[in-house]
Amino acid sequence: MLKKRIIPCLDIKEGRTVKGINFIDIQDAGDPLALAKRYVQEGADELVFLDITATQEKRKTLVALVAQIAKEINIPFTVGGGINSLDDAKRIIDAGADKVSVNSAAIKSPSLISDLALELGSQCVVVAMDIKMEQGEWMVYINGGKVATGIKALDWAKQAAFLGAGELLVTAMDNDGTQKGFALSILEAISKAVVIPIIASGGAGTQEHFKDLFIHTQVSAALAASVFHFSTIAIPELKNYLKIQHIPIR
Amino acid sequence: MIAIVKYNAGNSTSVKNAVERLGFTCTITNDHQALKNASKVIFPGVGAASRAMTYLKETGLDKLIVALDQPVLGICLGQQLLCTHSEEGNVDCLGIFNAQVKKFPPYGSVPHMGWNTLAIRPSQALFKNITEQDDVYFVHSYYCELSKYTIASCDYITTFSAAMQKDNFYATQFHPEKSASVGEIILNNFLQL
Repeated sequence: MLKKRIIPCLDIKEGRTVKGINFIDIQDAGDPLALAKRYVQEGADELVFLDITATQEKRKTLVALVAQIAKEINIPFTVGGGINSLDDAKRIIDAGADKVSVNSAAIKSPSLISDLALELGSQCVVVAMDIKMEQGEWMVYINGGKVATGIKALDWAKQAAFLGAGELLVTAMDNDGTQKGFALSILEAISKAVVIPIIASGGAGTQEHFKDLFIHTQVSAALAASVFHFSTIAIPELKNYLKIQHIPIR
Repeated sequence: MIAIVKYNAGNSTSVKNAVERLGFTCTITNDHQALKNASKVIFPGVGAASRAMTYLKETGLDKLIVALDQPVLGICLGQQLLCTHSEEGNVDCLGIFNAQVKKFPPYGSVPHMGWNTLAIRPSQALFKNITEQDDVYFVHSYYCELSKYTIASCDYITTFSAAMQKDNFYATQFHPEKSASVGEIILNNFLQL
C-alpha cells in the first residue's frame, strides 16, 4: 500500500540552515547536511530544502550545497526558493536534486510550469502555493506571502496541475506557525479538485494534527519544520503513533 | 568498472552517487566501447519515453543495449524502455521484455509517488535480504503490465511490474538509488551478481 509521507523542511540561507534548531546531539545546528542526515536516519520519507537567500550573488552557494546533499542522502529531496527560470531549475536538478519547487515565478509566468514539465518531466516539478483566507475564500499569495494575487486557491491548483505540475505543496498561511493543526477543509477540497499528489503544510503542532490530516483528507504527505527542528515531535515516535492509528506509514 | 548509460533522460548523477556510496567505481558514459567493456551496466531514466527512444536510436545505443551480455539494470524509465511498446508517445521500445507500458487510469492520484511495498517472487538474487514489509520509492505515471518476466509486483490503482528479469537483463520501476537502506541492499545485490 502506498504510504503517507512525512517531510521535514529545512530553510537555507547562504548555505546554512536558519530558524532556531535545538537538537542536542548535532554539533553544528546550522549545517544543513548534518541535519538532513539526522532526519534520514530518523525515517523522514523525503526532504525539502527552501533557499531564502536574498541576493542572486549569494545564491550560488546553493548549487554546491545541493551537490553535496545529493552525494550523501539516499532519499528523494526537493529544492525550492528563488527558482525563476528553466535554467535555474536545470542547475538544481543537474546538481542532484530530485525535484524543484516553484512558487511566485509560476504565478507571474504560468508557462514556467509547462516548460519545466516538458524539459525535466512532471515528476520533477512541485508547485508550491501559499494560501490565505480572505472574506471566506482561500486565495493565493506570493513573494513570501506578502502580495495578494486575487487568484482563488482552487483555481490555481487546477491550473498548475493542468500545466504539468507533478505535485502541489500547499501552505495555509493562516495556520502556519500557529501549531493549531492543518487547514483540513481547503486541503481536502484541493485534493479532490486535482489528480496529482498534495503535500500539506502549515499548522502542525501535535501528533494528532498529522493523524487528523491523514484521516480527514486525501493528501499524500505532510510537511513541517519547527516541530521537527525543535524536537517537539520526533519523527520515529510520530510514525509509530500514526501506524497505531492504522495510517499507512513507512 | 560499472557503467551508467548517458542519454537525455536525467537522474544518472543520483545513481552514480548511490553506486559510489556502496564502494564501487563507476562512470556515466555513452561511449559504445566503454559500455560493452563494463562489468555491469545501469540504464536509469526519468522523463518521456518517446524522446528517450529518439535519442537512443540516433546514437545507436538502442542496438548496443539489447546486445549487452553482462548484467544490465534498467531503472524507472529504463525498465519501461526495455519493454515492447509504451503508450507514452505511442512509441516502440527496446523489446527485451515482451510487455506493454500503459498509462495509469485516473482512479487515484497520478503520478504514483512515494513509498510502497513489493510482492516478491522468491529466490530472486536481486531481492536477497529484502522482505515484503520493506518499502521502496516510486515516482511514475506509466506502468509495465504484469508478464512472465515480472519478479516483483506492486499494487497501486492496478497491479503492475515493480521489477522484471530476463537472462542478464534486470529492471525496477522503483528507484533503488532513492530508497534509503532497502534500496542500497537491492542495488548492492545487483552489483554483486
